[in-house]
Amino acid sequence: MLKIENLSVSYGSRQVLKGISLEVNSGEVVALIGPNGAGKSTLVRSVSGIVPVQGGTVRTNGDNLLALPAMQRARFLAVVPQVATMPPAYSVWETVLMGRTPYLNFLGQASARDETIARNSLAKVDALELAERRVGELSGGEQQRVLLARALTQSTPILLLDEPTVHLDLQHQVSLMETVQALAHAENLAVLIALHDLNLAARYADRVALLVDGVIKAAGTPRQVLTPEVISAAYHLEVKVVPHPFADVPLVLPGKQER
Amino acid sequence: MMVRNRPLPYFLVSLFLLIAVLLSIAIGSVFIPLGDMWNLLVGVFTGKAPAGLQTSALILWEIRLPRTVLVLLTGAALSGSGAAYQGLFRNPLADPYLIGVASGAGLGAVLAMSVQWPNSLLGFMTVPAAAFIGALLTVFVVYALARVGKTVPTTNLILAGVAFSSFATALTTFLMLSSTGELRRAIAWILGGASQAGWSPVLTILPYLAIGLGILVLSGHALNLLQFGEDQAQQLGLSVTRIRTLLLMAASLATAAAVAFSGTIGFVGLIVPHVMRLWFGADYRRLLPLSIIGGAGTLLLADVFARTILSPQELPVGIVTALAGAPFFLWVLRRAKNQGYW
Repeated sequence: MLKIENLSVSYGSRQVLKGISLEVNSGEVVALIGPNGAGKSTLVRSVSGIVPVQGGTVRTNGDNLLALPAMQRARFLAVVPQVATMPPAYSVWETVLMGRTPYLNFLGQASARDETIARNSLAKVDALELAERRVGELSGGEQQRVLLARALTQSTPILLLDEPTVHLDLQHQVSLMETVQALAHAENLAVLIALHDLNLAARYADRVALLVDGVIKAAGTPRQVLTPEVISAAYHLEVKVVPHPFADVPLVLPGKQER
Repeated sequence: MMVRNRPLPYFLVSLFLLIAVLLSIAIGSVFIPLGDMWNLLVGVFTGKAPAGLQTSALILWEIRLPRTVLVLLTGAALSGSGAAYQGLFRNPLADPYLIGVASGAGLGAVLAMSVQWPNSLLGFMTVPAAAFIGALLTVFVVYALARVGKTVPTTNLILAGVAFSSFATALTTFLMLSSTGELRRAIAWILGGASQAGWSPVLTILPYLAIGLGILVLSGHALNLLQFGEDQAQQLGLSVTRIRTLLLMAASLATAAAVAFSGTIGFVGLIVPHVMRLWFGADYRRLLPLSIIGGAGTLLLADVFARTILSPQELPVGIVTALAGAPFFLWVLRRAKNQGYW
């Protein structure tokens, strides 16, 4: 499980996260939603130790992950970044195997067991056939699957994803979210996923947390959080919430901007 | 599943180095044929020169061999540190010369010489140490000038490098011209390529190179991770700040050692890692050793050219590498712009 307590982050004098507390249980997908600039990416980056925090803890079974060295933290928590910096010259296989870093020596020599884990991860995201390809030749959807496979190769109980669907078309959005949901449930992973798309959050997350101006405004099941009142207030937008035609979840439809 | 670290690239590059070494020993004002070379080498280690070859033995042991080894080590250092700088800056155009580190090291070396001309071995050691400090200061200044947020754009890096390099070179020239006597010999030293004879430069450079290149060769995995950016490298478990600092110091140490004894030689650190990357892939665990071996061979060949083109006059080897390297640099620049293949 992942237990974030009272986490505060400032960039200079501007406080970006104001005492965030949030729990993600094992086997559960929690979607982090909120308007641009609310602090979603900052939350992911601070929980993974990239951004220094002013206060608060990130725990799993007692260990404060923020107090650990990078290598030990990487055994508890893996991150799937937005597709941004993928050096194109590495092969998919080399890239995924780098997920074993927290268990390797400085030379990075992978054992047969490490290779088996990497191969299984590729299989889980249905990307085994990509192994020999160079990352630069892949489509956005394929790159995102490779990054997910690399994170799985870290063999961590916690998985963070930072808006992984942002560059993907409709089919690949659904395919990625289905994979993440299935993995969380099947492998008992605690998954925290920052998402722009409220309807992806509603459909694939067990719980939703709404982040506005560095504060969690609402948290609960999609039905509890995605109400017209809550969403209107957060996004300054007229919204209608209707039943989803394919699933027993709410569907959020934007209307006019509130002035 | 997949076989990495195939031996073939190592074999090819080592063969290239062997050929370059043989050429470098054989070719000069006195030609030493391959057959004689073997007898001479055996003679050197058994202590008796073969009859009729005493002069050749002297040339081989006192001139040809030390020079060959020094050029070999210099090429290895420049190319290895070039590969490391490229990885650290995540920029295909980083080269010890282009980013100004070589000139900074040169300035440090000349400053040390201006204080005390190295006439003892201990004095000899202070030159590379001063070059190392010069190189390190340059790296941090150029990096600070060039960086925008967490990236180092090519244009910024080259501009900052060229600006700092011009400044350091101007200061170096000023120091040398304003001095008298011994320091004037530094002109030949710093700008003239590896033209001192004898084994003492080789012995002095060795510990610096062993440490600098040793660290780099072992850091291939860390450099691979850094190619994904600092954030991802850290999330994968690398202590980014610590490793970056260590690698910058190791690469600067290797550069400084090379510059202290061979002057500022450009483009070897750019060309060789590039060709190796094109031929044998981007994995730094392979790229670093291959660049080091390939750089040694390449600079040896350049040195053979430098010695023979205007024979009996000798060109500074830096001129040969610049003649071949500058067009290559422009080609890489175009390529990097068009394809962003990095």
